[in-house]
Amino acid sequence: MKIAVCIKRVPDMDVRFKIAADGTSLDESGVKFDLNDFDAWAVEAALQLKEKAGSGEVVVLSLGPTAVQETLRKALSMGADRAIHLQADKIPFDGFAIATAIAAELKDGGYDLVLFGKLAPDSSNGVTGTIVAELLDLPCVTAISKLDIADGKGTAKRELEGAQEIVEFPLPAVLTIDEGLNTARYPSLKGIMAAKKKPLDSKPAALGDTTVKVEKLELPPERAAGKIVGEGAAAVPELIRLLQTEAKVL
Amino acid sequence: MANIFAFAEARNGELRKVALENVTAARKLADATGGEVHALLVGAPGIASKAAQLGQHGADVVMVCEHDGFSHYNPEATAALAADRIKSGGFRAALFSTSAQGRDLAPRVAGKLRIGLVSDVTSVELSGDTFTAKHPINIGKVISTVSIAGTPAIVSIRPNTYSPVANEKAGTVENVAPVGDPSASRVVVKELITGAGGKLDLAEAPVVIAGGRGLKAKENYKLVEDLADAFGNAAVGATRAITDDGWRPHSDQIGQTGRLVSPELYIAVGISGAVQHLAGMRTSKTIVAINKDKEAPIFKVADYGIVGDVFEVMPVLTAAVKEARKGH
Repeated sequence: MKIAVCIKRVPDMDVRFKIAADGTSLDESGVKFDLNDFDAWAVEAALQLKEKAGSGEVVVLSLGPTAVQETLRKALSMGADRAIHLQADKIPFDGFAIATAIAAELKDGGYDLVLFGKLAPDSSNGVTGTIVAELLDLPCVTAISKLDIADGKGTAKRELEGAQEIVEFPLPAVLTIDEGLNTARYPSLKGIMAAKKKPLDSKPAALGDTTVKVEKLELPPERAAGKIVGEGAAAVPELIRLLQTEAKVL
Repeated sequence: MANIFAFAEARNGELRKVALENVTAARKLADATGGEVHALLVGAPGIASKAAQLGQHGADVVMVCEHDGFSHYNPEATAALAADRIKSGGFRAALFSTSAQGRDLAPRVAGKLRIGLVSDVTSVELSGDTFTAKHPINIGKVISTVSIAGTPAIVSIRPNTYSPVANEKAGTVENVAPVGDPSASRVVVKELITGAGGKLDLAEAPVVIAGGRGLKAKENYKLVEDLADAFGNAAVGATRAITDDGWRPHSDQIGQTGRLVSPELYIAVGISGAVQHLAGMRTSKTIVAINKDKEAPIFKVADYGIVGDVFEVMPVLTAAVKEARKGH
């Protein structure tokens, strides 16, 4: 089982973001970066599939500036076998531009599965994996929360609004991973030491055309300060009155 | 003049509310340039009976494709058909929904057309040659304005941002044939498991009641469900803490890695307001919080707060809502 996992280095969201002077990018000073959660679950899924199969290779791939090598090393320390860094000065916003470069790299790789996280919280598009599947003409199942692979076929579960879909697909395939599939392992000390010696191949990314461009960034208006209606059950009548007459939602 | 394509989502033979929202958004774009709205509706035989509703919300033309291979969502055949119609129709823009189905479908179509797209937009605007959209990034902490140079401009629209507006147009039904054989798709939805009948979904419900750790134990989640029942038009959700503990399914999780909701009214019950949770609900129109800790961050985003024990407040609130909703 040969599996590629495409991962992204994303900012820690637990901060107050500042917009850079150009008005179209974020000020990265003081912002910490890490492996995207959904991508960590994708790496974990690949490692589990390889362990179950008893043999195989897990290749992690990331596109972006040199700093993404740190993210690739983290995936290697979790247990991936080797890494590919596609160099780009910055990570484009346009998922098609990214997908073009990734598809070109994976095309002749002989992968049984290509995994992505379903979404990155920074650009919030969730399209790259699906476009890669289209460019490679591979079957694709998105946002899966359960997965079984046997005899060259897969069965996955997708969460919908108030329902679930059970989906079957043949291998090779592209899958995007939702929360709930697994819990990502932490790198062990031994894993971290081993990762330093694992191969990391760095080469220029052949980005596709960009048609989608960020023109402006702004901070959303702060919600107007709310009010504490009162304490305990005694405040309920006043809350009901406000919901009826002020907010007009009841 | 610019014609606009709107994908009309259906499930199990029924239109989804987002289908009407999509047609409404497309109508606004088309009216700005004197163009037409062409909706695409795909389903098992019988789905054509839903086309009229799309006309009533602003579709000039409803392309309908009926085939047994579309009885469940058929991602490959739906994408092939949508891409084909978008290409041959020369549309200026193509609108999908940021639903589970739309999130799956829109990038397939963009991939087939070899262009980029923007997901989860909260508004779209067409002014002269320029198509722009607002797109929240970094879990809603930053709002981007994005321009799309390609034609068609492909976007998926966040549910609940364009309320369906009745706007009677011809809704001329045009039967269209699938592209290829829908029964020959590689990816096959074998089964659709639907929850309890009549239960409203988080993305569509006008009222959302969500519970957190403050409920203390799984069985106390009933307090949330009881309040939802009192409203009658409410869906229930949860924080990551309690879905991780298995009190509720992951599909109920509201937050950064879960569902995004923006209902008319959001009631947070025993929720402290971690940044991961706020990411999923901060665009709700009115937010109410009930929490015993008056320093809880949820009170910073709440319009109305009650500082108190949820076990004391909730039964009283439920009874009061029941009384207020009498006759609805």
